[in-house]
Amino acid sequence: MKYSILCFESPAEFAARTDPSKMAAYWGAVGQYMKALKDAGVFAGGAGLELPDTATTVRYRNGERLVQDGPYADTKEQLGGLFIIEVPNLDSALEWAARFPQQPGRVIEVRPNLMPMEPEKP
Amino acid sequence: MIDTHRTVRQVADESYGRLVAFLAGRCRDLSAVEDALSEAFVSALESWPETGIPAKPEAWLLTVARRRLIDAARHARVHSETVPTFRAAAEEAQAMLNAETEFPDERLKLLFVCAHPAIDVNVRTPLMLQTVLHLDAARIASVFLMKPAAMGQRLSRAKAKIRDARIPFEIPEAADLPRRLGTVLEAVYAAYGSGWDDVAGTDLKRKGLATEAIDLGRLLIQLMPQEPESRGLLSLMLHCEARRTTRRSATGEYIPLSDQDPLQWSRPMIDEGERLLQEAAQMGVLGPFQLEAAIQSVHSRRLITGFTDWGTIMLLYEGLVQLAPTIGGLVGRAAAVGEAKDASAGLALLDNLRPEMIQTYQPYWASRSHLLRQLGRLVEARSACERAIGLCEDEAMRAFLKRHMP
Repeated sequence: MKYSILCFESPAEFAARTDPSKMAAYWGAVGQYMKALKDAGVFAGGAGLELPDTATTVRYRNGERLVQDGPYADTKEQLGGLFIIEVPNLDSALEWAARFPQQPGRVIEVRPNLMPMEPEKP
Repeated sequence: MIDTHRTVRQVADESYGRLVAFLAGRCRDLSAVEDALSEAFVSALESWPETGIPAKPEAWLLTVARRRLIDAARHARVHSETVPTFRAAAEEAQAMLNAETEFPDERLKLLFVCAHPAIDVNVRTPLMLQTVLHLDAARIASVFLMKPAAMGQRLSRAKAKIRDARIPFEIPEAADLPRRLGTVLEAVYAAYGSGWDDVAGTDLKRKGLATEAIDLGRLLIQLMPQEPESRGLLSLMLHCEARRTTRRSATGEYIPLSDQDPLQWSRPMIDEGERLLQEAAQMGVLGPFQLEAAIQSVHSRRLITGFTDWGTIMLLYEGLVQLAPTIGGLVGRAAAVGEAKDASAGLALLDNLRPEMIQTYQPYWASRSHLLRQLGRLVEARSACERAIGLCEDEAMRAFLKRHMP
């Protein structure tokens, strides 16, 4: 089964990415987590995301297109990146979620990925 | 009014498990019993302020609960044979209301049911915590890192299995007892969390429910005083618990066992642990929990001798992995050999472990890094350390390993 580990971060956490006094700790921990995922053979993809203010949303309202600056969700914590892992069940997915370096202001959401659709038979 | 609330809560804390055990032992439907009991507690909150607190609160609750059970069974008509059993239980409860005898304690049977081999091993501990100690499912789910909805389903499924498979509420026969007691003890220990911390940098993973586990350990000794392994288990938990506060500095940094100040350990817990282990030894049947307790007892002895006798710890681990070759014991042995003999002997033992056992086992990587570093293989030591960090669940441990990266 594939699961997505979605990492939500507070503004302070996003700021730590480029803060000279905090960036080594920030990136180091993520790197070691990634190493553990890869060495254990469960890593199946993912990406870190740029800051929320680089986001652009596109939506349609009454048939009219609306393009706006900024992320979709108006919440304090924003999606900072995601890992896709391949593990036998939710229990092991949650174990991996618990291993993600925790910080105040960091929330991890685990969701099962949809099964890939069967290709249509000709 | 407030007094009544306090009394109800007190009765709930002290007698919940006994009430569940008594009723479930007669009707075998744990879910129905829990529902009926929670209704009985609600009734108590409503009527005791008017009527005063009954002389025998447990018997009062029992009478109300069994009435609810009979109503529910009549209503459902699913298990028609249960109504007469409830009636019998009702008469018994009534007799107890009148009699001077003490309310019977049948929690041991309930513990054996919860840890029955037919019950999924992952749900045994949660089931015990819920039915015997009245812990709520949401808290249990967080401690055991499980989706709360999934935990609820697993608990209900286990209770349905107990009912439908008619798992007996009884103390197992003598021939079966050691094996069955083993599963009970393991389930209690799983509630404690983990005590393997003789390797610096070992993430204790689940913090567990130490107080609840120790309570269950005491209960087991009270209910089965003649079993040495119950004493071994409680001794083990107490030796580990004695060091709980010294595992962290005032500022929250992790302090490995070897750097802890023994004078800060809890002397009363260590003394009790030692006494229990001696009592167990006099009973003359050795088991894995006594060996684990003995290992921790050797660590505790540093309080008196000022040094750690790794040679003895190594021998105890040899005995332990003969009896129970768990991954925790195997890694612990390799670490002890690394201390008592030399790093290469310890590493050779780690190299022998099957890859699928150690893939995500953090203490293995912490231990491996430690041994490789002693052998001067720094590149490999660093890689193992990074893997240990990546597998940590605890922030203080992660920070410790980073500070000591080879």
